[in-house]
Amino acid sequence: MMERKIPAPAVNPENRPFFDAAANGKLVLKFCNACEQYHHYPRSHCPHCFSSDTEWLDAKGSGTIYTCSVLRRGVPVRYCIAYVTLEEGVSMLTNIVDCDLDTVKIGMKVKVVFKPTDGGPPVPMFTPA
Amino acid sequence: MSIKGKACLAGAYEHPTRKAENKSVAQLHAEVAKGALDDAGLTKQDVDGYFCAGDAPGLGPLSMADYMGLKLRHLDSTDTGGTSYLIHVAHAAQAIALGKCNVALVTLAGRPRSEGHSGTQPRTFAANLPDAPFEAPYGIVTTNSYAMVAMRHMHEFGTTSEQLAWVKVAASHHAQHNPHAMLREVVTVQEVLDSPMVADPLHRMDCCVVSDGGGALVVTRPEIAKSLAGQMQRPLVKLIGAGEASKGQAGGNLSLTTSGAAWSGAAAFAEAGVKPADIQYVSIYDSFTITVVVQLEDLGFCKKGEGGRFVAGGNLISGSGKLPFNTDGGGLCNNHPGNRGGMTKVIEAVRQLRGEAHPQVQVKNCGLALAQGTGGQLGTRHGSATLIMERG
Repeated sequence: MMERKIPAPAVNPENRPFFDAAANGKLVLKFCNACEQYHHYPRSHCPHCFSSDTEWLDAKGSGTIYTCSVLRRGVPVRYCIAYVTLEEGVSMLTNIVDCDLDTVKIGMKVKVVFKPTDGGPPVPMFTPA
Repeated sequence: MSIKGKACLAGAYEHPTRKAENKSVAQLHAEVAKGALDDAGLTKQDVDGYFCAGDAPGLGPLSMADYMGLKLRHLDSTDTGGTSYLIHVAHAAQAIALGKCNVALVTLAGRPRSEGHSGTQPRTFAANLPDAPFEAPYGIVTTNSYAMVAMRHMHEFGTTSEQLAWVKVAASHHAQHNPHAMLREVVTVQEVLDSPMVADPLHRMDCCVVSDGGGALVVTRPEIAKSLAGQMQRPLVKLIGAGEASKGQAGGNLSLTTSGAAWSGAAAFAEAGVKPADIQYVSIYDSFTITVVVQLEDLGFCKKGEGGRFVAGGNLISGSGKLPFNTDGGGLCNNHPGNRGGMTKVIEAVRQLRGEAHPQVQVKNCGLALAQGTGGQLGTRHGSATLIMERG
């Protein structure tokens, strides 16, 4: 089967630690020390309380599918986009991979895997746990 | 201070083209501007305020203002995607109320069909977008973004594909009477379900058309509109309430089944001093069938989660349903110029209030109408705007 080419993320000074961690097989999240909440995607300033006292923490790498959809038309290889709600409470946009896409459902338990991109760092995706 | 009754929609024009292979985008802007000014009974020299969105050629409104030879004292290029034009009408009313302009022109034009765009292609990401590095690798496009909203709505509330299909069926019943509509054939629920699956659970017929074209509006001080309406012997269309909002991923605390319409709608209803039950006609942004269901709930036409049941059985069909919607055929069947459907939502509401909709779909004695838009993507981040208009 043809593999889908995954576009490389645009790495910048603010998000670089996320993709450096991904290159080492780790999923990290931003945590705000002021309001003690996680957020995603990661920012320098917490989007909840706007404190700049945010730090990178290792995530457990497991979660539940919040929603998903398989794109079937207009693309050379079909793929499943999803939001996964991590154990830490935040939801992240991702792909569900390495499984029969027709069996992917909301509520399914998933775990992180890292997939190479086209000329950039790997990105976190999820597969049934 | 309120904009209630401070401004009127004096001119409206929808470009008849759906494929403009031999025209430039700037030319289409000029054509719709001319059309709306003619409709209002005004000329270019009367315009002192101009509004376009970020997709207009050039830096903000500068190139278009220069191209059309406008002499302006108020400019605004607010861009919230397809809903920009509703926000432009609201901002024009604010500017008029403050004495910053008398005659505001709003234009939209685009050629996505001639340029080969489709909803299964990725957006073009600007290099410094903060969200793109966390979205582009996963192949987020317009269709799968809205499909995730539909999937979650089905999961939370038991909404079905059959219920969503009724939105398209109602639009097709209206489009059959519109000679300019791209898709004029009346379709059934079964035909929607039998159309190819694009992005689970959205079928091809759950998606709007891709069309070239555009539209324009003229918003004026009430005295000017009154005098023009008198000359033209037609009813006045007054803006009585407006609301705007943006909604995103909330730092990862997602709630995809509620849109910004919950906020923009509440603000517009409060300003207008009316309630959903008073509204006789609605234009609801219909990028996809699910978009309509979510917005109807958020505007308060039914409870959250009951949108599927609300639209089923033809409830949105003019003449037989309780809430006639998108009587031009909407984005689902008629037109989605420049991938930005907010403009045509306002135009059809103006036609309804003037009594100028097609006789087969004209709402009897239509005195109060609502136009609702969403722009961007419901599945990531979007702008929402609501306008409430009254026949005067």
